[in-house]
Amino acid sequence: MTSIISISGLSKTYASGFQALKTINLDIKRGEIFALLGPNGAGKTTLIGVICGIVNPTAGTVTVDGHEIASDYRAARSLIGLVPQELTTDAFETVWATVSFSRGLFGKPKNPAYIEKILKDLSLWDKKDNKIMTLSGGMKRRVLIAKALSHEPQVLFLDEPTAGVDVELRKDMWQVVRDLRASGVTIILTTHYIEEAEDMADRIGVISKGEIILVENKAELMRKLGKKQLTLHLQKPLDAVPTELATHNLALADDGNELVFTYDTMAERTGVTALLSDLARLNIRFRDLQTTQSSLEDIFIGLVHNGAGATS
Amino acid sequence: MNSHAILAIYKFEMSRTLRTIWQSIVSPVISTSLYFVVFGAAIGSRITEIEGVAYGAFIVPGLIMLMLLTQSTMNASFGIYFPRFTGTIYELLSAPVSSFEIACGYVGAAATKSIVLGLIILATSWLFVPLHIAHPFWMLTFLVLTAITFSLFGFIIGIWADGFEQLQIIPLLIITPLTFLGGTFYSTHVLPPFWQTVTLFNPVVYLISGFRWSFFEIADVSPMVSLGMTLVFLCLCLVTIWWIFKTGYRLKK
Ligand SMILES: Nc1ncnc2c1ncn2[C@@H]1O[C@H](COP(=O)(O)OP(=O)(O)OP(=O)(O)O)[C@@H](O)[C@H]1O
Ligand SMILES: [Mg+2]
Repeated sequence: MTSIISISGLSKTYASGFQALKTINLDIKRGEIFALLGPNGAGKTTLIGVICGIVNPTAGTVTVDGHEIASDYRAARSLIGLVPQELTTDAFETVWATVSFSRGLFGKPKNPAYIEKILKDLSLWDKKDNKIMTLSGGMKRRVLIAKALSHEPQVLFLDEPTAGVDVELRKDMWQVVRDLRASGVTIILTTHYIEEAEDMADRIGVISKGEIILVENKAELMRKLGKKQLTLHLQKPLDAVPTELATHNLALADDGNELVFTYDTMAERTGVTALLSDLARLNIRFRDLQTTQSSLEDIFIGLVHNGAGATS
Repeated sequence: MNSHAILAIYKFEMSRTLRTIWQSIVSPVISTSLYFVVFGAAIGSRITEIEGVAYGAFIVPGLIMLMLLTQSTMNASFGIYFPRFTGTIYELLSAPVSSFEIACGYVGAAATKSIVLGLIILATSWLFVPLHIAHPFWMLTFLVLTAITFSLFGFIIGIWADGFEQLQIIPLLIITPLTFLGGTFYSTHVLPPFWQTVTLFNPVVYLISGFRWSFFEIADVSPMVSLGMTLVFLCLCLVTIWWIFKTGYRLKK
C-alpha cells in the first residue's frame, strides 16, 4: 500500500515556547483507518492542525497525496476534510446553509443531492432547516462531520468525533466511517474511547508528550502486547505464593482467594500445563477458573506509563 | 481561482447582513437625518452657502463619506473577527482558498453593504435638499473605491483586534475624528493656512474632497490627487492583507 500522507521531521513549538511536537515522522497509508491515541496534551490536535493548515509548523514537511501542504496548499487541502475537536459552529445559520457553505468554500459546485445524502446518513435530515444554535451538542458534532464530508474529501480527520454523542448515534457514525473507508477514503481519528479504536482501526499510533512512541497494525499490536491472565478461584485462601511456584508468573488477589497467572500468548509454551501439574502436586485445589485477555486500553495505558521502552 | 469559495463567503456574509437588515439600514439613516436637522438647519441658517453651494447640499458628500468610512470599517472588521472569536475560522484556514479570495469574499460583502447604504443616504438627503450631481460616474467611482478601501482596512482591524473593545476603538477613535476634521461640515479653505497644511496629512480630506468635487466641482485638493491617494491607501491595505495571510499573523497558531 502506498502512503497518502507523509510527515517527516515535523516539529512544532508554540509562541509560548512550549514544544508540542518533537520530531514526528509518520506515514498514513492510502485507504486505512488510522487511530492516533494519546493522553490529553500529547499533541494529537496540534499534529492534525499542522496537516490541515491551521497550525504553522516550526520545522519539517508534510505531503498529502504528493502535494506539499505549504507550497501546494490548494491541491493538498482540497483532499482533506476536518472535524475539529472543539464544537465550533455558526449559531444563526441553518444546518443546510452551513453544510452548503463548506462545499462552496472547498471549491466544489453545488450538489444538493449529495448534501441530502450526507444529512440523511448522519440522521440530520429532519434538522436541515433548523438554526445550529437550536441543536444539541451531539447534533452539532454531526453537523461538523457533515461539513467535513460536504466536499467529498479523500482524507478525513476526525478529532474526537464521538465525544458527547450517545451510544446509538455513535454506532451510526461509525457505520458512516466504515462506508467511507469502503469507498476508499483514508481516515485518521483520535479518540479517548480506546475500545472504539480497537473496533475501527487498521493501524494504531500512540503519541505521548509530542513524540510518536509506537505505530503498529492493530492485530499485530494486540498479539504482541496482549497479555492473557488465568485466574484460579481457590478453595482455600493462601497467605503467599508458595516458593515451589516461584518460577511461574503468579500473583495473589482477593485476599489470597485468587491466584492470577499472567502469560504471553505469543510464547512457544504458555506454561499453563506446567502450572496446573505443579498445583496438583502441591495439592492446591480450585473451584473455578477464568481467562481474560488484555484490551487495547490496558496496552495503551501500559505504553503511556512506561514510555517507549516497553514496546521494542 | 476558487470562485466557488469567494461566492460562498460573499453569500454567507450577505445573509448575515440581511438577517439584521433593519439595524443595518435604519440606524445610519436616522443618524444622517439628525445631522441634517442639527447641522443643516442650525448652522445652515447662519452659513447660507460655501463656495457657491447651499450649505445643506454642501454637507451631503461629507455625510455620505462619514457613514461610508465607519460602516465599511465596522462591517468588514466584524465579519472576520467573529469567526476568529467563535473558532469557526478553522474552516477558512483549512480550505483551499488564497488570502486574496478570502478578502474578496469578506471585503466584497462589506463593501456592497456600505455602497447600498451610501446610496440610501444619498436618497434620504434628496428629501432634505435639492441636489445636483455634476459627475455621476466619478461620484460612483469614489463611492465604490472608498467602500472597498475601508472594507479592506476594516478586514485588517478585524484580524488585528484581540477583543470587541479593540474592534470598536479604531472607528470611534480614529475614523470619526478624522472625518469630522477632514471637511465633512466645512471647506478646509476656511481654515488658517497653517491648519490647512496640517489637514493635508489627514487622508480623509482627499476622500471627501474628491467625492464633493464629483457633486459640485468644488474641491480642497485636485480630484486626481484624491483619486491617487485613494488608490495608494487601497494598495497599502492589499499588501498588508497579503502579508497577514502569508505569515498567518493572528490567524494561525
Ligand atoms: N495555542 C497554543 N499555545 C501554546 N500551547 C498550546 C497551544 N495549543 C496547544 N498547546 C499545548 O500543546 C500541547 C498539545 O496540545 P494538543 O491540543 O495538541 O493535545 P491533544 O493531544 O489534542 O490533547 P487532548 O486529548 O486533550 O485533545 C498541550 O500541552 C497544550 O497545552
Ligand atoms: Mg486534542
